[in-house]
Parts: sequence; structure tokens; C-alpha cells
Amino acid sequence: MTLPPLPDDAIVLRADVADWRDAVRAAGRALARSGATLPGYADRMIDVLVEFGAYIVIAPGLALAHARPGPDVRRSGLSVVTLAEPVAFGHPHNDPVRVVLGLAVSNAEEHVASVADLANVFNERDAIDRIATAETAAEVRAVLRVAGGEGDRPTDAAEPSS
Amino acid sequence: MRIVAVCGVGVGTSAILKGNAERALERLGLTAEVTASGLAGLREAAADAQVVLTSTELADRVREELGRTWAEVIEVENYFDVEEIGRRLDASLG
Repeated sequence: MTLPPLPDDAIVLRADVADWRDAVRAAGRALARSGATLPGYADRMIDVLVEFGAYIVIAPGLALAHARPGPDVRRSGLSVVTLAEPVAFGHPHNDPVRVVLGLAVSNAEEHVASVADLANVFNERDAIDRIATAETAAEVRAVLRVAGGEGDRPTDAAEPSS
Repeated sequence: MRIVAVCGVGVGTSAILKGNAERALERLGLTAEVTASGLAGLREAAADAQVVLTSTELADRVREELGRTWAEVIEVENYFDVEEIGRRLDASLG
């Protein structure tokens, strides 16, 4: 598994968001907080939705927010935002969204393979549910089978929502 | 045989679609080279492809970008439904 690590800083549980833009922005803030991107990357993720539509809602309840590699990507990173209340992204079948994954890649070719690994995770039918209802960052990491970061809190401490 | 998985930017959702298309092909006992592409590089990426996989949301954009082509555009609703992907691939290739 070669997915980027997912430190506590990159995980927000039960976020209160007003709409899909807010949800994507929260995923962008988490990427910036973890050091993977600059804050401007969030707007580029929003631009992808504006340009191409809600196709990033790749399964019922799950959005994979991402943009092209760019100078605002410092290193590849992953963030996870679960929503207190699901929001509509405008997808005809897979709305409403409960979990937003934020993805930043520094080099497209290099990362297609690692992102394809995410497919393995979500082929388990309850993976989205388990992330949506996770009460700790460690639970989220366990479902995604990714490593954490230095200084993460112990597994029994719940992450406060933002 | 070549299959191209397409998303808007070519790094996120197309990569997942590629992974699950490979899994679906394996289950069907079919072999094919699957690559991921964004809309921007699609015409080149799909030049010798038999099948272009994408989401229903992007299908019109994909057809527009492809222009005249021999490749069949297959639309997928749930990227993680390997059975759905397999069914559609089988109908097209089988």
C-alpha cells in the first residue's frame, strides 16, 4: 500500500458544513493543515467540481475531491472529512455525501497506482459506513489501511469536530 | 486490448476506475491493458483503445473530446461496484 499517510491533522470528524463547497473546503483545510498543500488547493478542488460536475461522488455517500498536480501541492496527501449532516453535491445517484476524501498528488503518473489502492478499500461494502460513523482518527486510518503521522494522539482519544 | 479509464483531471477517480476495471477483467478471465487519463489527454490516450470507461456525469464531455473514434464509451455509475463494471465490460467485450 503506497497511499500517503493520514495524520490526525488531516482528519475532521462530524464536521458541520452548509453545502458541498464548504465540505470540499474543509477537506482542503485539512490537507493544508497536514502540510500537504497550500491553502489555495481547496479552491482548485472546487474548480474541478464547477468545471466537470459532481462525478467525483464516486460511490453512494462518498466524494473524492482532488485537483491536478500543481505548485500548491507540497507533497502528496490525503484528508478525510466526515459530515455531521450529509450534503448534496448534485450527483443523480450517489448523493447525499457523508464522507469527503481530499486527495493531492504531486505527480500524476506516480500516483495513479496508489490511488487505485483506494479501490481495494472501498470494495468492502461497509467501508464508507465505517468511516462515516468513525469516532476516532485511528478508526478512519484502520478502514483506509493507512499510516498516521508523528505526534498523533493515542487511539482512544476522540477527535473533536471543527 | 486497451481500455482507458477517464475522469476530469486524470489522477483521482480515473485511477480508482482503473483499479476496479482490472479487478472486473480478472474475474471475467479477460486480459487488457487499462490506463487512466484526464479529459485533456484523452484523444491521445484513447487512440488505440477499444473501450473508454467513465462516469455517467462525464460521458457527454468524453464523447465530445473523443470525436470520431472506434472506441466504445461505457458509463459507470458506482465506481466501486465491480459487478456493474464487469457486466458492462462483458457486454461490450464478451
